[in-house]
Amino acid sequence: MLRSLWVAKTGLEAQQAQMDVITNNIANVNTNGFKRSRAVFEDLLYQTVRQPGAPSSQQTQFPTGLQFGTGVKPVATERLHTQGNLMQTGNSKDIAIDGKGFFQVQMPDGTVGYTRDGSFHVDNQGQLVTSSGYLLLPQITVPADAQVLTVSRSGQVSVTVQGTPAAQELGTLQLASFINPAGLEARGENLYYETGASGAPIVNDPGTNGLGQLSQGFVEAANVNVVEEMVNMVQAQRAYELNSKAVTASDQMLQKIAQL
Amino acid sequence: MDRLIYTAMTGAKQVAEQQTTVAHNLANVGTGGFRAQIDAFRAMPVPGGEKPTRAQVQSSTVAADFTPGAIQQTGRVLDLALPGAGWLSVLGTDGREAYTRSGSLKLGPDGALLTQSGLPVLGEGGPLNLPADVELLIGRDGTISALQPGVSPAVAEQIGRLKLVNPPQAGLARGDDGLFRLRSGADAEADPAVMIESGALEGSNVSVVDAMVRMIDLGRQFDTQMSLLKHADGNASKADQVLSLN
Repeated sequence: MLRSLWVAKTGLEAQQAQMDVITNNIANVNTNGFKRSRAVFEDLLYQTVRQPGAPSSQQTQFPTGLQFGTGVKPVATERLHTQGNLMQTGNSKDIAIDGKGFFQVQMPDGTVGYTRDGSFHVDNQGQLVTSSGYLLLPQITVPADAQVLTVSRSGQVSVTVQGTPAAQELGTLQLASFINPAGLEARGENLYYETGASGAPIVNDPGTNGLGQLSQGFVEAANVNVVEEMVNMVQAQRAYELNSKAVTASDQMLQKIAQL
Repeated sequence: MDRLIYTAMTGAKQVAEQQTTVAHNLANVGTGGFRAQIDAFRAMPVPGGEKPTRAQVQSSTVAADFTPGAIQQTGRVLDLALPGAGWLSVLGTDGREAYTRSGSLKLGPDGALLTQSGLPVLGEGGPLNLPADVELLIGRDGTISALQPGVSPAVAEQIGRLKLVNPPQAGLARGDDGLFRLRSGADAEADPAVMIESGALEGSNVSVVDAMVRMIDLGRQFDTQMSLLKHADGNASKADQVLSLN
């Protein structure tokens, strides 16, 4: 039928995808360590019906061409790994990363997940786990009689035990970094997984090789900017409306033909 | 009969095709760095022995609208906007140098600087590769430097410079992939006067007001052609009545 109908359809779909991304960002405004996404669009292929410069006769040429655009496509939902605000909680097992890097988490299926959500807990064996109960790597086991848990800026975890003046060292937390963190795959539960696009993890101590330092007693809030999301939502909604007008206009033209 | 009905038909057909351009511009109202398509009608006289009344119409996409789009701050280092004229150079899938103003870039797994659709971004010496674990800085003139974090005093190591070009607009043509290339088939020279801003993105330059007015205008033109077709039909049926014997 009319090309413009299908082109307007791609516009509606793109704005719908934009709304999906915005609402997911807003829904996660209170999720610890959440990184917001952004939908990126590109124009679709162009159909060149007539090349400019094609001969219109033996001696003359068409000065302009005829090229139909075929609409728009969402090309990526890009995750923006900018730093979120650090919020003080006072809980000794809340550890925020101030800078680049991810905590490593042992998944039940044997793979390693990566997270920025540093609100950890202790399980029934004294091991540090995430809110979903997955083990933190390198494994840290807190003794049952521990009094104060201390995590240094560079990742050394130590506890004081009643009756012993010296602190007892439990291990060192390490962070992983990726050359392209935007290429990590998010699978929910605040976890990311390595992909071919992210590159291999580079594991180091916090504060070395460009990695961030740790802040005990803080959690990292989501990096969602609510005002920006609202402005984006207004824009997406109006753009959706404009594209639906293009559908209506094409429909009216078809109607006129049918009435002939 | 044939003259009027076929002239009106070409009018309606080309108007319907131009509605595609309007819909395409509206669909890309949120596409970063998109340049609106401009179209126009052209009269195509049909030479014949009789009076020169028959001029059919042909639509054409004349050019792209090169006015800059609105710039939006994002704060991400690899978001690049060009505040003035100029283009970023990328390597198209056809192996030729192509130009875009969509500056939302990403890194590949090996550190290659890529566009969101995965095309390598060109520096002055070819595709750019960035090292891992550094703080990137992109200067106003497209110079990319890396700071080793934690090293004090901070020494910026220069990695390369983006190839920023500013060829004459008349020489640029949009390819089927939406990227611009030089009509001559050559590569543009790097222009040191082109400025770039890191941490910002340029939006689409589609004017929704223009597009909506154009859509209404085309819709009404289409109505006119339709009523001309009806008139032609009416005239023909009247002629039939004159010829009928009873």
